[in-house]
Amino acid sequence: MKFRRKSQGESPEPDMTPMIDMVFQLIAFFMVLLNFGEGEIDARIKLPSSELAKPPEAPLISPLVLQLTEDDKVIFSGEPIAIPALERPLATEVRMLELNGQKASEATVVLRADEDAKTGVVQEVIRMCQDKGFEKFALRAKQELEQPEELN
Amino acid sequence: MKIRRTASNVPDRVDITMTPMIDIVFLLLIFFLFSFKIVAVEGDFNIRMPAPGAGTPDLEAQLPIKVRLTADAEGNLTGIQMADRPLASFSDLHEQVMSIVGTDAGPNSAAENTEAELDCDYNLKYQYVIQAITAISGYVTPDGHIVKLIQKIKFAPPKNPG
Repeated sequence: MKFRRKSQGESPEPDMTPMIDMVFQLIAFFMVLLNFGEGEIDARIKLPSSELAKPPEAPLISPLVLQLTEDDKVIFSGEPIAIPALERPLATEVRMLELNGQKASEATVVLRADEDAKTGVVQEVIRMCQDKGFEKFALRAKQELEQPEELN
Repeated sequence: MKIRRTASNVPDRVDITMTPMIDIVFLLLIFFLFSFKIVAVEGDFNIRMPAPGAGTPDLEAQLPIKVRLTADAEGNLTGIQMADRPLASFSDLHEQVMSIVGTDAGPNSAAENTEAELDCDYNLKYQYVIQAITAISGYVTPDGHIVKLIQKIKFAPPKNPG
């Protein structure tokens, strides 16, 4: 009687299923955590932190995001511009709001100012917005976990 | 006569080549790994500031509590004053605000009717303004709840640079 070896020359294949399961789970995890709202977050701005800074419960009505850098520039639509040059884009924004049937006083100006920006410059930006009719301002800060304030 | 199909003609199972799929899946994984960034949660301090002279003055509002923040040439904080009284730190400022408005919260409370005005030097770093607003506008209880204090905050007219 002759015995023949069936699988001669075939290498044993490892079972890939658990690995693929894990990899898909990892992909799903990173996909869910991917932040799609990063459009307005600029790495050039280091926000001041505050324990009271909680994300808004309802989305803001017609937000206009102004980002103020440490060197007195405003990042508007991704481009850094000098403070006096802000007049024109602000006027355009007001016109756009009016075309949509809204008033500047109803819109919110979200001010993302760098923690080392000068307060006087922040106030200048606020005053320019006030001159254009904006009334609501949201001073943005990053959330900070509560810490003991003074360590001796 | 019986014809037997030999094993060499009919394969046991059709193997799908997994290699391209695994390549793509790993590429996707690397893409998401690199684009993953931990973003700190951001929050807002909502302030309503109409232009000076616009709108009707709020007759019920009391005189604002004046908080003065002074800075040196570099923008570092050199002094905190509340109603012309010097204070040592922002926690002192918070205690002073607490002593004025108390723990009373809700509609028509002292906290709701009181207004604060921040008078800051031009050079002052913005982080100190946020610290002052934090001290004035509320605190977090040990169980994580936010208690609101003064919500009506405004800025004094900006000072001249220098």
